[in-house]
Amino acid sequence: MTVLDAVAEKPALGRDGRIWRRLGGLAGSVVLTFFGLTIVTFMIGRVIPIDPVVAIIGDRAPPQVYERIRHELALDRPLAVQYEIYLGKVLHGDLGTSVISARPVLEDLARVFPATLELATTATLLGVILGVPLGVFAAASQGRWIDHLVRVIGLVGYSVPVFWLGLVGLLVFYVQLGWVAGPGRLDVAFDGIAPEVTGIVLLDSLIAGEWDVFWNGVQHLMLPASLLGYLSLAYIARMTRSLMLDQLRQEYVTAARVKGASEARVIWRHALGNILVPLITVVALSYAALLEGTILTETVFAWPGIGLYITQSLFNADMNAVLGGTILIGTVFIALNLFTDMLYQLVDPRAR
Amino acid sequence: MPDEGEMSLALPHPRPGWRDWLLAAVPRSRLQARLGASYATWLAFCGNTLALVGLAIVLLLVLTAAVSPLLGADAAFAQDLTRRLLPPSAAHWFGTDDLGRDIFARVVAGSRVTLFIIILVAVIVGPLGLVIGTVSGYAGGIVDSVLMRITDIFMAFPRLVLALALVAALKPGIENAILAIAVTTWPPYARIARAETITLRRSEFILAAQLQGASMFRILRRHIVPLCLSSVIVRLTLDMAGVILTAAGLGFLGLGAQPPIPEWGAMVASGRQFIIDQWWVATIPGIAIFLVSLGFNLLGDGLRDVLDPKRG
Repeated sequence: MTVLDAVAEKPALGRDGRIWRRLGGLAGSVVLTFFGLTIVTFMIGRVIPIDPVVAIIGDRAPPQVYERIRHELALDRPLAVQYEIYLGKVLHGDLGTSVISARPVLEDLARVFPATLELATTATLLGVILGVPLGVFAAASQGRWIDHLVRVIGLVGYSVPVFWLGLVGLLVFYVQLGWVAGPGRLDVAFDGIAPEVTGIVLLDSLIAGEWDVFWNGVQHLMLPASLLGYLSLAYIARMTRSLMLDQLRQEYVTAARVKGASEARVIWRHALGNILVPLITVVALSYAALLEGTILTETVFAWPGIGLYITQSLFNADMNAVLGGTILIGTVFIALNLFTDMLYQLVDPRAR
Repeated sequence: MPDEGEMSLALPHPRPGWRDWLLAAVPRSRLQARLGASYATWLAFCGNTLALVGLAIVLLLVLTAAVSPLLGADAAFAQDLTRRLLPPSAAHWFGTDDLGRDIFARVVAGSRVTLFIIILVAVIVGPLGLVIGTVSGYAGGIVDSVLMRITDIFMAFPRLVLALALVAALKPGIENAILAIAVTTWPPYARIARAETITLRRSEFILAAQLQGASMFRILRRHIVPLCLSSVIVRLTLDMAGVILTAAGLGFLGLGAQPPIPEWGAMVASGRQFIIDQWWVATIPGIAIFLVSLGFNLLGDGLRDVLDPKRG
């Protein structure tokens, strides 16, 4: 959870200049970051100790064939040219072919991504619904038990290894108590009943009107989503608390109180209203962190999303798939960053 | 809160002692002033119970690693297939794993692995961030723009995924895991060091050093880096929890330390298949990870409150 302090470290936005120029600057930095991402994945692809030619034709092919394939893969050209070719392919959505599934990596990613989206979105929803009120209450009663509770929740959330939490969760809630369903997205018996529309089990089963499938999906989703939701809650509650404390110290809060506004109105309307924009940034960052956090969680829960896809590809030395997944998650990260920056520019007049 | 502590301690003592010497309002020498300042910081730190708990956990980790052979860590590699998967007992405090190895011995031996990882990461990341940040902040101009762009690019990356891809490309192993974690951890340090450098760059003592003809290297090394250190150290302490979790995560996925090295994350992974009937194999190393990273979080919070109050 290293994204935690990123809010504080976001480069301060200057106040001069027109909004369009600033948005243009944002677009420029996004393009640059994307270039950086592809350069890194390209380099990683080059340093792997596997000869890509041998990987295709085997080590007994005659030298002429080897040379021809090498030429076709452009491996005999300068690195800069190779990168140019690579970038062109990535921009056209060509992430190579997966060695294992023998399908384009992009197709594989499109197949597994909805599962991750379902998990991360549910977790973030839980984190927001519970975390924001907890943070607000903690700030409003600083030093009281709820404040300490939020502190403990935060400390535990920042310190616990998520894969271990998943295992213990399975042991307690699935094996011992039987409250939730086990690993995977659905029981085998329910698999394939609802036709795939969105790729998100809960939505698909609702569209098809299959309530049994829906309920089974909820039972499977419940545990992993709650665990990730807890991590999200820990972060959101702590950030909400400190953002709220900053507001409650300000003079307008005193002014509102002096005017006779009720405490609830001061807190929920005046103070909370003023932290909405940074709060959305916090939520976006926590969402990005969860997309990453799913890598370990999906492995524990055999959840067929992008995290499981990447780790399984790792063990099969399927580098195209690994790097494709890295680019996808990296792009989502960049998009979320862009979204929060634009939000600041558009919504918060002070940032203009 | 720290103020109250100092107030009460400033009251006259019945017998003048080293404490009064340390807290003297008018120190007689530089040494006394410096020691006194450290002592006051320490007192403020002691006022924070949670931070002390954190310090105790971290010290326990260091101590365990230091004396691990005395605690029987040598048994960490001793397999005994007749005694596999035994529950915790007097002979095996934490039970045994699937190869009949004593889990207590492996957890103790694992403290060295954890310490090795965090020390190496800190030693790589701290100086790297300091160099990039101070040079960037002091030189300004195009150097600053280029270095900070690179930093921003690295900061926008998904760290775990990048570390994963890097380790996979380089070959799984503890050294490559450390390298991958370091590569993805340094950017915030560069940012912190740069921010501090920019506030110092135009101050008069730097100007004085410049007028004396000090080179950029000398100014950075003697005047700027020492002043950036406290923020970097606080951040390092806070980050250590994250580093431990990432390293354990890589170990859990089989990309970190390779068997038979008793790395805690890898131990959780190896106990995974026995979780239903032999819960202790996977659970106990996980508790060790949790405790150590909790310790660093508590210690880091406490240090931040004492050394860097403006950020708290």
